[in-house]
Amino acid sequence: MSLVKTLLLTELRAGLWVTLKQFFKKPITLRYPMEKTPQSHRFRGLHALRRYSNGEERCIACKLCEAVCPALAITIESDQRDDGTRRTTRYDIDLFKCIYCGFCEEACPVDAIVETRIHEYHMENRGENIMTKDKLLAVGTKYEDMIASDRGADAAYR
Amino acid sequence: MITTAIFWLFALVLVGAAIGVVTSRNPVYSVLYLVLAFFNSAVLWVLLEAEFLGIVLVLVYVGAVMVLFLFVVMMLDVNVEKVKEGFTRYMPIGVFVALTIVGQICYVVWHKKMGFELMVTPAPTPEGYSNTEAIGEVLYTQYVYPFELAAVILLVAIVAAITLTMRKRQGLKVQDIAAQVAVNRNDRVRIVSMDVEREPSTDGESS
Amino acid sequence: MVEFLTGWLPEGLQFTARTLLYIVAILLPLIISVAMLTLAERKVIGAMQARLGPNRVGPFGLLQPFADVIKLLIKEVLLPNSANRFLFLVAPMLTLVPALAVWAVMPFSPTAVLADINAGLLFVLALTSMGVYGVILAGWASNSKYALLGAMRSAAQIVAYEIAMGFALVGVLMASGTLNLGQIVEGQSGNIATWYWLPLFPLFIVYFISGVAETNRAPFDVAEGESEIVAGFHVEYSGAAFAMFFLAEYANMILIAMLTALLFTGGWLSPFQGIPVIGDTFLGASNFIWLALKTGFFLFCFLWFRATFPRYRYDQIMRLGWKVFIPITIIWLFVEGVMVWAKIGPWSA
Repeated sequence: MSLVKTLLLTELRAGLWVTLKQFFKKPITLRYPMEKTPQSHRFRGLHALRRYSNGEERCIACKLCEAVCPALAITIESDQRDDGTRRTTRYDIDLFKCIYCGFCEEACPVDAIVETRIHEYHMENRGENIMTKDKLLAVGTKYEDMIASDRGADAAYR
Repeated sequence: MITTAIFWLFALVLVGAAIGVVTSRNPVYSVLYLVLAFFNSAVLWVLLEAEFLGIVLVLVYVGAVMVLFLFVVMMLDVNVEKVKEGFTRYMPIGVFVALTIVGQICYVVWHKKMGFELMVTPAPTPEGYSNTEAIGEVLYTQYVYPFELAAVILLVAIVAAITLTMRKRQGLKVQDIAAQVAVNRNDRVRIVSMDVEREPSTDGESS
Repeated sequence: MVEFLTGWLPEGLQFTARTLLYIVAILLPLIISVAMLTLAERKVIGAMQARLGPNRVGPFGLLQPFADVIKLLIKEVLLPNSANRFLFLVAPMLTLVPALAVWAVMPFSPTAVLADINAGLLFVLALTSMGVYGVILAGWASNSKYALLGAMRSAAQIVAYEIAMGFALVGVLMASGTLNLGQIVEGQSGNIATWYWLPLFPLFIVYFISGVAETNRAPFDVAEGESEIVAGFHVEYSGAAFAMFFLAEYANMILIAMLTALLFTGGWLSPFQGIPVIGDTFLGASNFIWLALKTGFFLFCFLWFRATFPRYRYDQIMRLGWKVFIPITIIWLFVEGVMVWAKIGPWSA
């Protein structure tokens, strides 16, 4: 029986049939810069610091994110501002250390530090990997619409 | 005119290659020279309109036999010094054998006073003449017994070679790959349904 | 056209010039086909693996092979320090020359053949068997153990499968009674059932699989098995020298595909030939296009096999060649002999 099977190349033909079927299916590859995979609103990309709608920065320098960061990527220094509130004087995220786990975002009581959906960014010089407070705030200002809509879409599940 | 030129070209290369076979120091070169010699003689045969023989020469000798030669020679680590050792000692015998062969060839060529001047170029074969067919006809009618005999002798040689090299060594642990491949689940796995023999007790651990 | 191009030459040179023109007319399309085949290979295998394949250079990646060729030609040919200089450089040529010379006897249509010789099939066999020298010498001259191992494997494999291939061809010769490729094709005329693939079905399969093995293509590519011997016999080659091996391999693939089309599936004969109504229209006419289509199909099979089967182990290759294919062909030759003797089959007429 197995001899007949071997001579009739049954198994080989089964294999050939699989590849032939696959040949006529649509490839799953995307031509990346032109075509992109759908992104979840929970995507964890470049970090940003948000502001309230009146322009006040949200971060209150509680340092929970610094404490929770498993990669020790966040460095925070804080001081009292002239109006008596506690604010950060330094808020650095080292993108080379960051593992994009999103714990900082989870830990933040005021939704200040967030991870945006931006994942196409690069550095050209040494030192650019450190996201300073100014840079983070700039990202937050620029992409506030996207950040807000992403948080809104996720709110129902939290 | 052109035919003669081609003949001389290939004949000279043939002789040169033949000399190369015996003079080159590297055995791999020798084999390659031999390949060249075979190829050139095949061309000479084609020139004589014996294209079947010529191509078969290339196919069998160049394509198969010499490949195996090359195969073996490449594997061997021939010590040239050692091979050349008894050169002067064996030279007289070598010269004698060579002269004998030359003499025999000359005898055949000039047999019954048939010199070069009598060896006229054979007339070109007519259009549509197939010497493949001609060889087949002669081989399977007139020479069928010698032909079959040669085949049987070759078969005997193959069988002899196999029996000489095949030996069963005792106590050798080799894999039988065919058996390994042919194995299926039922040969290896046996599912036994059996009753639980005793309730597992936890006393021993708690104490 | 050819007369016009060569007419101004003196009498004696006209024949030479014409032949040269014909050679160019065969080799140029062949080389372009090789280029396109490399692209097709990557595209087909890509599609079978749910990928796209090359698509960056030119529309649909059509210029990819030319980019590859340019890259290979401007790369340096490296000579290994302890390699045998002469043989190292001669070996790629020894592979390429037979691969191209074979095309002299290949008929493309009833009339288009450069050298219509009587023993065409034998010529093809003889030259393809010479291609192995390039491989062996490349392996030996490289003075590298990977290259030598690859050459050894390749040589053993080619010699083994040549026998099965030769026996399969003997079946075709018995059926057609001639060694001339054009006459073999003509002998198959009738309808699809009189093409030799059906009466010689086992030989057809054996021939094609042996052809895949002869060209060292997957799944018989232990000679360049990447996982164990890096790249086999051409591991030390780079640039133009490597391109020659590459060209020869693909030219041989096209050759095997075309030979299978000619010998077993009726070459330029139309599959509609002999069918009452359609057969009388232009669809039933013998045409080069049919040969091209059939060749294309067999080339697709080469790529298909590569995308489907894992590489054979070396001992399995040897077992398949010696213990399976040769007995099968011999048995079928006997069957065919009986059929010819009893006058059954398409060759009875």
